[in-house]
Amino acid sequence: MTVIHDRPGNPAAGDADRPIGYGRIQRKEDPRFVRGKGHYVDDIVLPGMLHGAILRAPVAHARLVSIDTTNALAHPKVLAVITGKDLLALNLAWAPTLSADVQAVLVTDKVRFQGQEVAFVVAENRYAARDALELIDVEYDLLPPVIDARKALDPDAPLIRDDLEGRTDNRIFDWEMGDEAETEAVFAAADVVVAQEVVYPRVHPAPMETCGAVADFDAVSGKLTLYETTQAPHAHRTLFAIVAGIPEHKIRIVSPDIGGGFGNKVGIYPGYILAVVGSIVTGKPVKWVEDRSENLMSTSFARDYIMQGEIAATKDGKILALRTSVLADHGAFNATAQPTKNPAGFFSIFTGSYDLKAAFCKVRGVYTNKAPGGVAYACSFRVTEAVYLVERMVDILARKLDMDPAELRLKNFIRPEQFPYANKTGWVYDSGNYEEAMRLSMKMAGYEELRREQAEKRERGELMGIGVAFFTEVVGAGPRKHFDIVGLGMADGAELRVHPTGKAVVRLSVQSQGQGHETTFAQIVAEELGIPPENIDVVHGDTDQTPFGLGTYGSRSTPVSGGAVALVARKVREKAKLIAAAMLETRPEDLEWEKGRWFVKGDPGAGKTIEEIAMAAHGTMTLPEGIDGNLDAEVTYDPPNLTFPFGAYICVVDIDAGTGHVKVRRFIAVDDCGTRINPMIIEGQVHGGLTDGVGMALMEIIEFDEAGNCLGGSFMDYLIPTAMEVPDWETGFTVTPSPHHPIGAKGIGESATVGSPPAIVNAIVDALAPFGVVHMDMPCTPARVWEAMQGRPRPPI
Amino acid sequence: MSSMQISMTVNGNEVASDIEPRVLLVHYIREVLGLTGTHWGCDTTNCGTCVVLMDGQPVKSCTVLAAMAAGHDIRTVEGLATAGTLDPVQQGFMEEHGLQCGFCTPGMMLTARALLDKNPHPDDTEIRKAISGQICRCTGYATIVRSVQWAAAHPAGAAADVAAPDEVIEGTDTAVPDVADTEVKA
Repeated sequence: MTVIHDRPGNPAAGDADRPIGYGRIQRKEDPRFVRGKGHYVDDIVLPGMLHGAILRAPVAHARLVSIDTTNALAHPKVLAVITGKDLLALNLAWAPTLSADVQAVLVTDKVRFQGQEVAFVVAENRYAARDALELIDVEYDLLPPVIDARKALDPDAPLIRDDLEGRTDNRIFDWEMGDEAETEAVFAAADVVVAQEVVYPRVHPAPMETCGAVADFDAVSGKLTLYETTQAPHAHRTLFAIVAGIPEHKIRIVSPDIGGGFGNKVGIYPGYILAVVGSIVTGKPVKWVEDRSENLMSTSFARDYIMQGEIAATKDGKILALRTSVLADHGAFNATAQPTKNPAGFFSIFTGSYDLKAAFCKVRGVYTNKAPGGVAYACSFRVTEAVYLVERMVDILARKLDMDPAELRLKNFIRPEQFPYANKTGWVYDSGNYEEAMRLSMKMAGYEELRREQAEKRERGELMGIGVAFFTEVVGAGPRKHFDIVGLGMADGAELRVHPTGKAVVRLSVQSQGQGHETTFAQIVAEELGIPPENIDVVHGDTDQTPFGLGTYGSRSTPVSGGAVALVARKVREKAKLIAAAMLETRPEDLEWEKGRWFVKGDPGAGKTIEEIAMAAHGTMTLPEGIDGNLDAEVTYDPPNLTFPFGAYICVVDIDAGTGHVKVRRFIAVDDCGTRINPMIIEGQVHGGLTDGVGMALMEIIEFDEAGNCLGGSFMDYLIPTAMEVPDWETGFTVTPSPHHPIGAKGIGESATVGSPPAIVNAIVDALAPFGVVHMDMPCTPARVWEAMQGRPRPPI
Repeated sequence: MSSMQISMTVNGNEVASDIEPRVLLVHYIREVLGLTGTHWGCDTTNCGTCVVLMDGQPVKSCTVLAAMAAGHDIRTVEGLATAGTLDPVQQGFMEEHGLQCGFCTPGMMLTARALLDKNPHPDDTEIRKAISGQICRCTGYATIVRSVQWAAAHPAGAAADVAAPDEVIEGTDTAVPDVADTEVKA
């Protein structure tokens, strides 16, 4: 197998080429994690701490008739049982969501999805809390549920949100982008038009650590300290101030080590609020940690888009236009996490990597009796759906035109000289060299040879498929005039302090959940200042300690916070320059920078290192006019645009003709995220995302039966790839920097999750071509592949 | 609920407690002994973040009662390093980027240790099979396989080839708090 991705030497082993800035270095996080010394929410123990547990609804849609908590309260270890009625009295029964809707914290009127929060028990330990749940008697009056989004707007569909004044149906929003008339005109004149319904089924991010919190309300000081599994601690602080009415300076959110987020831990869940209420009511710290079933059934799902796609082209394969109408199932409350002006996220990037004449999309969101969510699981705000749609449609077009899918893509790519490229739905792509990445991917795969092998196997009746996908991502939200979350502009702060001895602390507004920020952000400072990364501590996740910003999701850390950190380091460097000039008794404009040192132009021997300057900045020397000491700085970075990383993926599958079992034999991923801060960490991010793709394409789904029972509510049914289902990944890269970013870096974390599902499904459909299959929906389980082989492919919902 | 007296060896130390019979080993280890490196990621015995070694065999401690472990020898992630020297498996995970969020890592490393004790030179498929009862959401597994291979190739561990890690483990890291007569709140 060709492996072009180069894994450079090991710096910790003393390699001479150890990078001071960018490059492969070992993670600063690892020493604690490999010793079991990480500090996750459920590891936290506070004096007197109590444990909370949530009673959840067993049905999907029902009037709440009564709750009897007498027996639970009589349990000797139970301190409190909180119901919706109690919360109504505190004005906390409903909380605002990230989509300007409201979500019930505890049921007050009726249940709207199975697994919804009904009551909260606070007890001395987690076993007693669970025992007490069994002692609560609830009477429900069943209502017919709305499960199929296609039927949500039927005239006789039950009204789910009768709590919302004036609401007469289950419609949430209608939203569109692009020019409908122009697109219609291009479609009308096209040689070839292909239409296909493409469903992206409901899945779940399922981080290994579930959601949880420890709330500690100090009645004397009025201060709330809330340890939470949150990807956005500062946004949570503001929302808690709004929800709970506690002044914002009296709220400290701490996001400790997080056992994976994947978008699951962006929003505020009822459990967090209940832990706070429990702490206020009992006067003790209260811990709430959900179990896996609660996580899968009640926290943010992902996807659930039913997309009607249409693609128009000339008969020689020039793609002209794309059009789609989407039905979006948002569950019972619209809690989708995305910028305020983007109810369908960044779905309008569905024009993909192609130079089109026209494009138009419309998205309709509806309520159903399911858990809320939608934007999660490395989707970059619905880019997973957008990329999946366009890459399926291009493949279907290739089949229709009898063209090779790689050739069709190469023919239609936006060319390097067209960047910055304004697409037809309002995005300005920053940079790209798509053909270079595509050709590298094909070279690594041995594409021509694979096609020959496939032809031979087909002769023998063996099912081998080759799937190609090329994606353009859009990450790094974003410019504050366009993007906000509940009114908070999506800029990010950074603070940098260089201590007298030249060691540094950098404080971030974003929050790692495993992506390696403690390492890579130190590398950015190291690159800019020449201080070795091991001498730089990265602080994040504590709102009392870090500057304001919007958190980590949408692969926005490198684009936004990474920009902030580079700029704050440059601010320090400029300050250091003035101090160095005074130390060297020369003018600042006579100085030149080399990594870690200012020196006099033409006299390299006369210079001051950043360490020497730091000591001087804190010392007794007379500093230049306007410099009052220390070597610190802070910035807020409002990015001018998002970043648009891209990638060329090729997947090879073998399908057992007897059972329909799909084996992913090879996966080649070429990614381009511009400047690469740490290739080792990038590779790990890509591997993880590719595994997400295998999961979604082959096995993951959250389904419901007609009664609204969640059928994917545990790891017995919600299947996630193990080491046995994934191949040894083959990764490569090209480097096309973002021209507007301070270090030319683009986000990468979600690219592989976005790009891999279409590559795998394209491969499966390619393998099934002898059966006349032109499309099948995920997950491509053996049973569903078998049905497709019999000519009966069915949508998953 | 009535309690019972149990004792077992954890990372070489004798521990004894009064606990309820229903207490899961994972909760005993985390909440009574305070060894929180062992994690809890599901409720159906699928994820393996709770894997510890019981008499050298990997077990999912969420599916073992603490009472069932009485009299047995338990090893957790906190007992992998000895006298301040990392186990080669721990070093391997750092060398080959076999971890990201770190949540599955302790269980993965203990399974790897058990595998290498039995089979010092496993091939990639044997490694994948050994860890197939465990889920990782971050790494995509390939770097975990490399990490275990690193450990196999460096049985003497970190000292010979690699600069010492920047954090020295205190002797207390492997010591277990005195929990005799601790009343388990369960």
